[in-house]
Amino acid sequence: MADPTKPEPIEKARQRPEPGFTGHEWDGIKEYDNPLPRWWLWIFYATVVWALGYWILYPAWPMLTQATQGALGYSTRAEAAAEIVAHRERFAPLESRLMDLELAAVSDEPELLRFATAGGAAVFRNHCSQCHGAGAQGAPGGYPSLLDDAWLWGGTVDAIHETIAHGVRYDPDPLTRWSQMPAFGEILPEDEIEGLVEYVLAMSGQPHDESLAAAHAEVYEIQCAACHGLDGEGNQDLGAPSLVDGIWQYGGDRDTIRHTIVYSRYGQMPAFGERLRDVDVRKVAIYVHGLGGGQ
Amino acid sequence: MLDGIKIIVLGLLTLLFGLAANAGLDAVFRFHMTLFMAFFGVWTILAIRSYGKKPAPSESSYMDGPIKAGVIATAFWGIAGFLVGDIIAWQLTFPELNLGLPWTSFGRLRPLHTSAVIFAFGGNALIATSLYIVQRTSAVRLWGGNAAWFVFWGYNLFIVMAATGYLLGVTQSKEYAEPEWVANIWLAVVWLTYLAIFLGTIVRRREPHIYVANWFFLAFIVTVTMLHVVNGLSIPVSPLASLSVPLFPGVQGAMVQWWYGHNAVGFFLTAGFLGMMYYFIPKQAERPVYSYKLSIIHFWAIIFLYIWAGPHHLHFTALPDWAQYLGMTFSVMLWMPSWGGMINGLMTLQGAWDKLRTDPVLRMLVISVGFYGMATFEGPMMSIRAVNSLSHYTDWTIGHVHSAALGWNGMITFGALYFLVPRLWNRERLYSLTLVSWHFWLATIGIVLYASSMWVTGIMEGLMWREVDEQGFLVNSFADTVAAKFPMYVVRAFGGMLFAGGAILMAYNLWMTVRAVPQQTRDTAAAVPAQ
Repeated sequence: MADPTKPEPIEKARQRPEPGFTGHEWDGIKEYDNPLPRWWLWIFYATVVWALGYWILYPAWPMLTQATQGALGYSTRAEAAAEIVAHRERFAPLESRLMDLELAAVSDEPELLRFATAGGAAVFRNHCSQCHGAGAQGAPGGYPSLLDDAWLWGGTVDAIHETIAHGVRYDPDPLTRWSQMPAFGEILPEDEIEGLVEYVLAMSGQPHDESLAAAHAEVYEIQCAACHGLDGEGNQDLGAPSLVDGIWQYGGDRDTIRHTIVYSRYGQMPAFGERLRDVDVRKVAIYVHGLGGGQ
Repeated sequence: MLDGIKIIVLGLLTLLFGLAANAGLDAVFRFHMTLFMAFFGVWTILAIRSYGKKPAPSESSYMDGPIKAGVIATAFWGIAGFLVGDIIAWQLTFPELNLGLPWTSFGRLRPLHTSAVIFAFGGNALIATSLYIVQRTSAVRLWGGNAAWFVFWGYNLFIVMAATGYLLGVTQSKEYAEPEWVANIWLAVVWLTYLAIFLGTIVRRREPHIYVANWFFLAFIVTVTMLHVVNGLSIPVSPLASLSVPLFPGVQGAMVQWWYGHNAVGFFLTAGFLGMMYYFIPKQAERPVYSYKLSIIHFWAIIFLYIWAGPHHLHFTALPDWAQYLGMTFSVMLWMPSWGGMINGLMTLQGAWDKLRTDPVLRMLVISVGFYGMATFEGPMMSIRAVNSLSHYTDWTIGHVHSAALGWNGMITFGALYFLVPRLWNRERLYSLTLVSWHFWLATIGIVLYASSMWVTGIMEGLMWREVDEQGFLVNSFADTVAAKFPMYVVRAFGGMLFAGGAILMAYNLWMTVRAVPQQTRDTAAAVPAQ
């Protein structure tokens, strides 16, 4: 082997004798005494050199008190922190304007509105979409759609902001939105509950037992109207949903309505004011308000 | 005298586990103690029945009983593991298939799948083939007599304990190390017995040198002992309860876990299976191993480098930067040492490539080495932080793992089973080479569908996660990426179905080989070990 890196001429390769054996044999298996493939060896060396370079340039080896820091002085955390600072600095004027302005006035400033909506959408995707859906369409089981114009606690941008900042039935926040419907299974006899179910079906325009419904109008007035309204229109001060708009958080069929009346519901939402920056809460409020149903 | 002591000890152990089964604080603990009681009870009865009978181990023949059992267990667990894997692939596509029950939910079936394929299928294959190979290449019967039977039954008892534990909600929640402390201690006992048998056989070998396959098997057994014990260190909440608290907290615990996890890949799924490769490829091709030098160098390079590579599983986490960079550089240096095994496997076919046309078993062994080479290039590439920032947590990782597990570990094990069954059951040939070809193509197409769909969906998902608009705000929510992956999930689950179907064909073929193929006239299985 004169120069191992040069390929040998084809004639010579044809004449090449079988490589030698090592002389070992196990269960009929012999071993050739071939050398290490050169390309293999050189790539291996190259990866070692590459690794040495990295060890010099980047943090790599633990020492007595701390690890080697690398010639570039690189740190993942510092890089991430710098990116965050750069992003915040770029938008600092817009963000401070967003903090100073009345929320209702933001729609008068197109650039600010565009910024707040895009930023609010990003926050929404990270923090809100898990319950309300990636498109804010809501989900069965008590996660309201934010696209329609039915609002439990009010649909003005300020009311939406209040709900996001302090949450719903979220105990750690004293300013949280709070109300509680009784579990009427503990209060009313079974036949009155059955009657109420028919009455609610009737007022929401669904097939129902007319005589039962009519007979229980008074029970509704006494037990339910205080919050849901005489005509079932709901009350946003109490978070009491309308029963006549055809929109149901938990379902509007007979069995689900009965379940809701007997056991009540207790939908909750965390206060995002305690986990997001104030300016981000304002962005989400503007985004949600702009989804279509904002008042 | 010794027999008497053995019966008393076994009887006492049966009683002890019976008491523990009665006193256990949770249902799973009581159930597992009952399994132990049954295990030792049966053993006691066997010991009583053989009391005073002098066993006549025929030193002139190899001990193949536990190996036959291991081959059957490998095929059984393989099919079980593949089927559970395909079920959970469909669950990811159609979540209704979780059935709303805790026992059938993805969270419990997923570790059942991974443990069934890695430890039950892969582990039984490794134990069976290593004990087969170490006898042939050392020209000596297994050391330790019936200890090999203890290893087989003990290991499979561990698997049953682990699997039932997962389904009933008992887990350490460490990936690939889910079994709780009771099963872990039992596995340590079984594993040390396995080590003793293997070492004892090598020490008594009649060949002057130790064959390269046995270096790899020994490295695998020794290192897995260390990994299992250290990562399994935990404090039981009570000696009579299933659950325990890990000894290492926080980021240290994560580092130990991935030191374990990556070297489970390195020493269980790479070193151990390279041991299989180094025997079955030269045997099936009837060609010498390509390069002795290469086998030495790449063996020691793998052993030295692999153990450092674990931190690449924790890029961009709380793990300090220095550990991430160190793990990354060692992972990249691992590329060529891993490829040494591929070169030695493929180049062994020099002068025998034509056999690929006629021998589907050899084709299976060779394509497994191909997949091995692909995965051991992809792995170092994905360990580079810039690549990892895209691939981490995405389906790309799942695709990488499966091209290695299905392609390399699966295919080489299938090849080994096709090699072993006619020889162990003394049949003149396999029942049907056509069925082997069908298996080969079903498995290969299945893997291609699986891996390519996961590459596509993984890269798509990574790009969607990092997509920002011109103002720097995120564009997609997580649920958007899940919805976008749906078609690829269908392709993946279909590919998995093909792979599992191939394995079922194999089981039928092997079964018919034993049932319907005439005996080999020359009795090779009982032949005197060659000098």
